[in-house]
Amino acid sequence: MESRELPGAAHRLSVEDVTVSFGGIRALDRVSVEVSTGEVLGVIGPNGAGKTTLFNVICGFVAPDAGTLSWRGKTLHRIRPHRLSSLGIARTLQGVGLFGRMTVLENVMVGAQHFRRAGIASAMVALPRSDKDERDLRDRALATLAELDCAGIADRLPGTLPFAVQKRVALARALVAEPELLLLDEPAGGLGADELTELRGVIERIGREIAVMVVEHHMDLVMSVCDRVVVLDFGRVIAAGDPAAIKSDPRVLEAYLGREAEGPEALTAAEAGNAGRP
Amino acid sequence: MSAPAIPRAVRERTLLRSLSLVIVGGLLIALITGALSSYRNLQLAYGGYYFAALAGLTVLAGLSGQISLGHGALMAVGAYTSGLLIGNEGWALVPALVAAAGVSAIIGIPLGLAASRLRGPYLAGATLAFAVGLPALADKFPSTFGGENGLTINPSMPPSWLGSNFALERWEAWIACACALIVLFVLYNLVHSGVGRSLRAVRDDEIAASLCGLHVGRNQTVAFVVSAACAGLGGGVFTVVNQLAAPGSFQVQLSLYLLAGVVIGGLGSLVGAIWGAALLVFLPNWTTDLANSFSLSTNVSHNLPLAIYGVVLIAAMLLWPSGIQGGFRSLGSWLWHRRGRRSRSPGAPADRPSAAS
Repeated sequence: MESRELPGAAHRLSVEDVTVSFGGIRALDRVSVEVSTGEVLGVIGPNGAGKTTLFNVICGFVAPDAGTLSWRGKTLHRIRPHRLSSLGIARTLQGVGLFGRMTVLENVMVGAQHFRRAGIASAMVALPRSDKDERDLRDRALATLAELDCAGIADRLPGTLPFAVQKRVALARALVAEPELLLLDEPAGGLGADELTELRGVIERIGREIAVMVVEHHMDLVMSVCDRVVVLDFGRVIAAGDPAAIKSDPRVLEAYLGREAEGPEALTAAEAGNAGRP
Repeated sequence: MSAPAIPRAVRERTLLRSLSLVIVGGLLIALITGALSSYRNLQLAYGGYYFAALAGLTVLAGLSGQISLGHGALMAVGAYTSGLLIGNEGWALVPALVAAAGVSAIIGIPLGLAASRLRGPYLAGATLAFAVGLPALADKFPSTFGGENGLTINPSMPPSWLGSNFALERWEAWIACACALIVLFVLYNLVHSGVGRSLRAVRDDEIAASLCGLHVGRNQTVAFVVSAACAGLGGGVFTVVNQLAAPGSFQVQLSLYLLAGVVIGGLGSLVGAIWGAALLVFLPNWTTDLANSFSLSTNVSHNLPLAIYGVVLIAAMLLWPSGIQGGFRSLGSWLWHRRGRRSRSPGAPADRPSAAS
């Protein structure tokens, strides 16, 4: 399945001129974004700007009306969500989306399930290869949980854990698939200050090895972990660049405040208001 | 519950566990059937085929989260398949039963595909329509399916190596229980494999499951087909034990009884399917006795079993929502904690209850 990359195709994922309309509303309007290995790309914008729609297009939950997506230099024609993990793309959800009646370990094992080799027939008669798969998946899951300091809670049910820990388990479930691109949908939502510091460390560590895209409202986090930031407003890319440039971009400030404003402090203040909204 | 007490070698070998279950179960049945009267052996045979259907249904409902009201009709498919093959075509017992499971599985494919696109009450409605419609086919094609009277077959006699005075009912109990054990073996393995985990993941969160690489519809269809095959095998055995496959045995009530048995026994639990099977075998007798002892009119007494099922189902949902097996399980963990509390020093951290089923 590994195809040789085209020369010059340094980008893992490129989204080109993608347009999505829901009824009369343009959720995305000729949006182009790309992200490369070893890079953390932040996607920000006011509520309703199209950030999650962009993720949904990449994951195949929403089919674009126009535009193309390419992955490792090859065009993806029809993306189907269940094919993503074997393509090397993983995503966390805005809510935690953990499997509520399964233990943490089982949750993470499901994340690793594209490594499973035995089929349903060998599972029915419990061939040794089916058990071997299970051991392999369990080892992978436990290793990933240990990396995120969650090894001690492997047998717990998600509902018994604090929200921040559930989010870490959800991250483990995405990472255990060994993705080359990780999509994080509001990873900081609901986290306290200490947990944010931890999350920052984790994203920085992951971002050195693979490509990461983060949709986030928490401006401090975006500005500190992202190598590049794309700003969406009303479905359009209104600015893109390194965090420092974005902070002082008047178009960005206008999008957030709806009027002209000065200085980076204004942006932070606007975000504080934004994060409070549901 | 007491997972740490089981040696690692056993815990990690699913085959070892499921095979020992089957061997122990088989030996028990071989012994017990020798001591039972013909009538009790016949009841055990009923329990065997009910178990096959209930176990398939409980895995579907508990693991995959799909409710089927069509399993009575899937039993009918198996029953008529084995009836036709044994009665008309002269097939031997084993291939006829394999075919019964196979044909039901094939019927289960379109049903499962439809089921994977329907949720909750809509799924229940669609499968209910199947359960209502299918028995009418017997009337539609009387020359093939025998109409109202159904198909009759000759009893499968016990093989000669069991001796000449081996009771027919005991042999029938053996057949039914062997099929029940095969179903138990396959479903136990499936539940404890990655396939079972995938099904539970799809049940809990379809979007998250698909992002983990699971095809939601395919998983649900597979669950439905496996479940249909179990019901078909149960139906095939039904014909062998009763020497009859008639539309009257597979009315809508059967599907409702099966679902009630699964819920009362404990949704998703294979042991619960044993309780459910016992309920399906004994409850009609009890209700008939009850009706007779009050000397009710036939109009009332004929409908009494269904009414009692309804009452028991409502009572179980209110008092023991996780069914008989769930009740036993919480009783067990309560006792475990009581014992643990007594043996531990007060300040020691509490043991985590094993949440895995």
